[in-house]
Amino acid sequence: MASGAGDWSAEQIDDYETLISTTDVELLKRAWRNEKASPEILPFEEALVKRAKEQIQLMEETVDDFAESGHDPLIASLYQMDLDRAQFLLRSYLRVRLQKIEKFMFHIWKMDTYRNRLSIEEEKFTERCIRDIGKHLEETVLSKLPDNYRSVLKQSIISEEDDMVPEPQLDTFIVAKCERATRPLYLDGSRQSASFDSRNDHFQMVPGDLCILRYRPFQEELMSGNISLV
Amino acid sequence: MAGQSDPHISLFSAEEVEFMAEDELIEIVPNMRMDPLNFICGDFGPFLPQIASQVPLWLAVALKKRGKCAIRPPQWMSVENLTRVLEGERESQGAFQVLPFHYVEISRLLFDHAREDIPDMYMVRSLIEDIRDVRIHKVETSLEKFSGTSAVKIPNLSAMEVNIIRPFVGRALQAFYKHDNPEKIPDVDRASSAQTRAANNEPRRQLRR
Repeated sequence: MASGAGDWSAEQIDDYETLISTTDVELLKRAWRNEKASPEILPFEEALVKRAKEQIQLMEETVDDFAESGHDPLIASLYQMDLDRAQFLLRSYLRVRLQKIEKFMFHIWKMDTYRNRLSIEEEKFTERCIRDIGKHLEETVLSKLPDNYRSVLKQSIISEEDDMVPEPQLDTFIVAKCERATRPLYLDGSRQSASFDSRNDHFQMVPGDLCILRYRPFQEELMSGNISLV
Repeated sequence: MAGQSDPHISLFSAEEVEFMAEDELIEIVPNMRMDPLNFICGDFGPFLPQIASQVPLWLAVALKKRGKCAIRPPQWMSVENLTRVLEGERESQGAFQVLPFHYVEISRLLFDHAREDIPDMYMVRSLIEDIRDVRIHKVETSLEKFSGTSAVKIPNLSAMEVNIIRPFVGRALQAFYKHDNPEKIPDVDRASSAQTRAANNEPRRQLRR
């Protein structure tokens, strides 16, 4: 707790207060929103999911106790509603990630950056998916194609890269809200509208800004938590 | 919206947007006594009769449905404030008036469940509908001004409005980006992509409105 508050700068105290006042539900909601809006799979929030699971389990037991002990049904139903909301967030978060894995499984498996973003269970899931899809495609289609065209990953053996592997489209446009001031960013020399300073190629957001952005240049800002997707 | 080639629904369903809005805090006046509630999402209460208390919107609606409280409409939902906002929206062509991010969802939930707690309900509802119409119309007209940018600031837009325009604007900006930067598309022939890159630096013709 902030017993040594005299040693901290105003900004640190502000950050700390935001940290302790942001509930796990808030954090989970933000993770869920980010995951839904982002074209690629984001790092797995292991600690957050673990904490959320524990809290949910605790609450499930409490609600069961209420039901058995004949506690005031109004209060029991309110706790149940809160429980339902938290469960929905957790489940939807995990489901959105699974959807993305199913869509891009070969790409995720190939690229270490993405593979490191999965949880252990998700890695197992990806492995099984790849095995099953590979087997299915081979049995139904690939074994019947001419010899040079039988790979799951390449169109034909003369392809230089794995061109049958879909990749996430990082140039999609997303809507983002600024939580903390971002660094000034170059936008790859693409044209800029009159809404911001065109003297230099910088684009910068301050807390409270709402913008439509191309995803790729803002990946790091999203990972560091400076912006969140809406 | 017209112009979409596939019936692509928006990223978040309307229910999900409402779900996010339901965590917003709102003031209630309970008519009974209740012990503090220790939820996963936070601690609320204790509740005493006639003593106002701040709770999330979903909790307020739940209590209201069971006849346990009255909901106090938020400050911004007064006829006076909304009339001012509506005038502001009509006057300024490019800018949006300041409204809570979830104003659409909050007002809808209150109209559905706490009708009698809102003074001049019909007036408030018609003002909000007018405000929504003006804003959406403004968004549609300002879309014509986008021309090949990588980032656009949209201050003061609300959650529901963002969700509605997201598919169209996202794909439109993406198409602009793709056409402005053909070298980003993997091209086997290096020579031709170098030529297109040079052509890009010329000033662009202004799109006709």
